[in-house]
Amino acid sequence: MSEMSVESVDPGKRRFLVTMSSAVGGIAVLGAAIPFVVSMTPSARARAAGAPVEVDLSKIEPGMQLAVEWRGKPVWVVNRTPEMLELLKKNEDSLIDPASDNSAQQPDYCKNPTRAINPRYLVVVGICTHLGCSPSYRPELAPADLGANWTGGWFCPCHGSRFDLAARVYSGSPAPTNLVIPPHKYLSETKVLIGEDQTA
Amino acid sequence: MKKLFFLLLAVPGMAIAAGAGVPLDRAPINPHNQESLQRGASVFVNYCLSCHSASYMRYSRMEDIGLTEAQIKDNLLFATEKPGETMTIAMRADEAKVWFGATPPDLSVITRSRGSDWLYTYLRGFYRDDTRPLGWNNRVFDKVGMPHVMQDLQGHMVPVMRAETDAEGRPHEVIDRLELVKPGKLTLAEYDALVGDLVNYMTWMGEPAKTQRMNIGLAVLLFLGVFYVIAFYLKKEFWKDVH
Amino acid sequence: MQKLLNWVDERFPLTASYKAHLSEYYAPKNFNFWYFFGSLALLVLVIQIVSGIFLTMHYKPDADLAFASVEYIMRDVEYGWLIRYIHSTGASMFFVVVYLHMFRGLIYGSYRQPRELIWIFGVIIYLVLMGEAFMGYLLPWGQMSYWGAQVIINLFAAVPFIGEDLSIWIRGDYVIGDATLNRFFAFHVIALPLVLLGLVAAHLVALHEVGSNNPDGVEIKKLKGEDGHPLDGIPFHPYYTVKDILGVVVFLMVFAAIVFFAPEMGGYFLEYNNFVPADSLKTPEHIAPVWYFTPYYAILRAVPPILGSQFPGVALMGVAVLIFFALPWLDKSPVKSVRYRGPKFKIALTLFVISFIGLGVLGILPATELYTWIARVLSVVYFAFFLLMPWYTRNDTYKPVPERVTDK
Repeated sequence: MSEMSVESVDPGKRRFLVTMSSAVGGIAVLGAAIPFVVSMTPSARARAAGAPVEVDLSKIEPGMQLAVEWRGKPVWVVNRTPEMLELLKKNEDSLIDPASDNSAQQPDYCKNPTRAINPRYLVVVGICTHLGCSPSYRPELAPADLGANWTGGWFCPCHGSRFDLAARVYSGSPAPTNLVIPPHKYLSETKVLIGEDQTA
Repeated sequence: MKKLFFLLLAVPGMAIAAGAGVPLDRAPINPHNQESLQRGASVFVNYCLSCHSASYMRYSRMEDIGLTEAQIKDNLLFATEKPGETMTIAMRADEAKVWFGATPPDLSVITRSRGSDWLYTYLRGFYRDDTRPLGWNNRVFDKVGMPHVMQDLQGHMVPVMRAETDAEGRPHEVIDRLELVKPGKLTLAEYDALVGDLVNYMTWMGEPAKTQRMNIGLAVLLFLGVFYVIAFYLKKEFWKDVH
Repeated sequence: MQKLLNWVDERFPLTASYKAHLSEYYAPKNFNFWYFFGSLALLVLVIQIVSGIFLTMHYKPDADLAFASVEYIMRDVEYGWLIRYIHSTGASMFFVVVYLHMFRGLIYGSYRQPRELIWIFGVIIYLVLMGEAFMGYLLPWGQMSYWGAQVIINLFAAVPFIGEDLSIWIRGDYVIGDATLNRFFAFHVIALPLVLLGLVAAHLVALHEVGSNNPDGVEIKKLKGEDGHPLDGIPFHPYYTVKDILGVVVFLMVFAAIVFFAPEMGGYFLEYNNFVPADSLKTPEHIAPVWYFTPYYAILRAVPPILGSQFPGVALMGVAVLIFFALPWLDKSPVKSVRYRGPKFKIALTLFVISFIGLGVLGILPATELYTWIARVLSVVYFAFFLLMPWYTRNDTYKPVPERVTDK
């Protein structure tokens, strides 16, 4: 150590070089981290499995529900009869969010009284917004177990949340919000693609 | 000491000699020629995918060679398949074994194990041989179980023999070249070009990330070059102290 | 900030450790090119652990799925190809760096008293690393993975009396199969890395206890200045940190060039046959271990079966590795560094390097009669370097060792 001299040291230059090296080294570490972080995003296989699903609407009889799988979740497509649509208006006073004001629960193009692009067909993610159970489809009117005021909809067997036929939650249910409408678009009159937004 | 170091560095770059003696033709590989890759893809789907799978390769990956999803769907897929699926086949492995004597191998990475040149020579090396169960043999893969699936394109070839003596001085006959006896739909030059496209595609399919890999590599090396300059002056600056 | 530091220092020797191992760890000032490889080995260890963890997230240790999961990583996982190539290149580069690091120890006598334990820890690291590499190589479940493991595990079957049972116990099956793959995975991703980390820590603690050797083989602690620091020593930080950064950047350039432009390295880092899924019914025409094992493989093949048993070859191969442990006690020379040694040692060392590289090349080539004979001669040279060392180091001529290190 004694043989070290400090005569020609320029502290400014030294500081500059240390700063530069630290900066470039920092960039190197960050750059090296990118592929590792990105490798944890969904792989091509996961993306392929989560690809949009095509549904043929002509196969769904009036009043019936078809369940398909999209990204591992049940998605229901319901062919609503004119009577069912008529009954939707009756419920509005007893719902938490009748006008679908919570924009997280549906795309903008489904913020309407029937929560659908084409009122006849409701496309909805069949997972209760309470704790993630899958509610059962109860289209019948005033069944014994659901009471005289039941106008058709979904009933969650886990904690008793109730939804009407536009998948809107009734006041007094444990579920806080309406069921989620997934992004979807019509490829033709009778074909809907679930998982891809309708473009204007 | 320096000498020892160089000795150590000179770890020989010996390549293992290719087993069989047939010289391989150089495959026209060009990963930047998208038309060739696309033509190759269509040949692959039409001629190879009926018996061979490429089960690690997703159709949708062909967007990397300039095809759109709609083009992939319309031109390369069966109606029931989705672009996100891999290139699997309906033929069952055990049945295939009965038909061909061996299960046709998956082709996803075949160019990485066999090499592009081998494949290029192989696909152009089928010749008529009545001693074989399916009537076909191959120059670089003797007694291969696979028939010549592109015979309608190439036509029928027969071998022209040449006398040779082996290491112990015994004379024997080897195949000198192949000769066309029954023309196919294509001329031989056209057929070579078609196989060239096919092998180009299969080479790309063996490692679809290769182009991206080299591009990133260039950026990384440039960055390290800059880092080197800074690190060099940093070291020099501090080592001024040491005498 | 100072307050926080004080708070920590009262509870954990942070500043004290920083001083002891970096800012006030005095290293000889005359380190040369060969002294980069220790820190580079540590860098590669970190690279392997990080890339390995991320591969584990996608890899499936199942005989039916393993090969496909590797291709899944290469194609479907974002940047999976990069992580996999980093790991496969890292495996080979680990051995490149470790071999150069060991060679440094050999030429400058870094294994000599008082550094015997550092050397012993190092040789154990080398052994564990071989196991780590061997088990990792089975995981891609290609033809070379399978048949390479087949050949090596069958070596254990050559052990007299218990061999057959031993090899079955290692495989967990009568053939290499799912059970083997699963246990190799467990050893490769957790058991051996833990052992490695512990050993590396011990290697470094021992090093910092006695201090680094240097190209002159002079003990710098013998001559201290008025400040109590070695006259020929400089603090590791900043001097060797900035120097090692330079070394790291150069190393990374080589590393990146391989990863991005030649990940297969002409079939030496990734063997072509390993792109064919493992097939227990079809042996590839030519099986060669990965390059870093080939010197020992050549020794194994050079020994003819004695009384119908392969065991002598297997035993000799084991001894060839284990003999490194004895080095500190075989070397009887009064000096450490090759700089002050005589011609006998230099000739012996040169022959040893030739034999090691020669055996490495022969281990890759098919075993013809001629090659087997060359391998026999080189094996004798290999062992002669060690076994004759007490003799030739006692009778060599030596140059006087200077008091202080020389700038060279």
